[in-house]
Amino acid sequence: MISPIGWFIIWLGILFDILGTIGLVRFPDVYNRLQASTKCVTLGTFGIMVGIFLLKGFSPMGIKALICGAFLLLTSPVAAHALMKGSLHFGTKMWKGSVVDKYGEDKLGGEQIEKEG
Amino acid sequence: MRYVLYFIIGFCLWLLLTLSVNLDHLIVGVVVVLLGTVLFGGYFTDKPIKFLQIHRLFWFIVYIPVFIWYMFQANIDVAYRALHPERPIKPGIVKIKTTLKTNIAKVFLANSITLTPGTMTCEIDGDYLYIHWIWVQSELVDKASEIIASRFEKWLRRIFE
Repeated sequence: MISPIGWFIIWLGILFDILGTIGLVRFPDVYNRLQASTKCVTLGTFGIMVGIFLLKGFSPMGIKALICGAFLLLTSPVAAHALMKGSLHFGTKMWKGSVVDKYGEDKLGGEQIEKEG
Repeated sequence: MRYVLYFIIGFCLWLLLTLSVNLDHLIVGVVVVLLGTVLFGGYFTDKPIKFLQIHRLFWFIVYIPVFIWYMFQANIDVAYRALHPERPIKPGIVKIKTTLKTNIAKVFLANSITLTPGTMTCEIDGDYLYIHWIWVQSELVDKASEIIASRFEKWLRRIFE
């Protein structure tokens, strides 16, 4: 009974990974792309890890997969946060459809949004 | 005290990772965890006693499924926006105010916000967080705080404060 659930979760994870990659291609600027890649790829890879744990049980491989999953949940948002802050400070402009930029107003002296056309 | 706790947690993690009580593994583990403790123990939590309070642990375990459910919603949301032919996004960076006080609680709040629907933390500045939002619903500080942060704050306050 456990095995089909494990395979289902693994396939769900792969599906989310693919959707995240599609988002990475379709979204317009670095910030939106980070959103897509961080969320989908974190849950997708976490799903694959949990699936492996369900398939292998409390064996060395299963426990390692679970620990990898936990560390992924802790570190992936931090990495995304660092990339985002880096691109803000580097001066990468936001997409021209963006509506507000409080960070630019407060810290960088003006909205960092691309002009139309 | 905090160094001792750091050592114990690190060593338990090492035991889980190797899953053997071979003498070689134990010696390498002690050396590596000691090195980690000396290097990074100083950054560990200020009040280690909080780790030993059962109700905090209980709320943390309750928080995990709640968090995974929000993450699942976030993925459906991003997938919808990525696959929709018109690509319905209205991004922007908004500012929110948090009522959490301790550093570790703020870190968890920022991480939770990053992995949940349409929001992502750019920077923490004192009590204020700058959030990149893929579909801006409100530019006002109070309204945005209520929409984004309040659903996590009530859990995190029980766990960390």
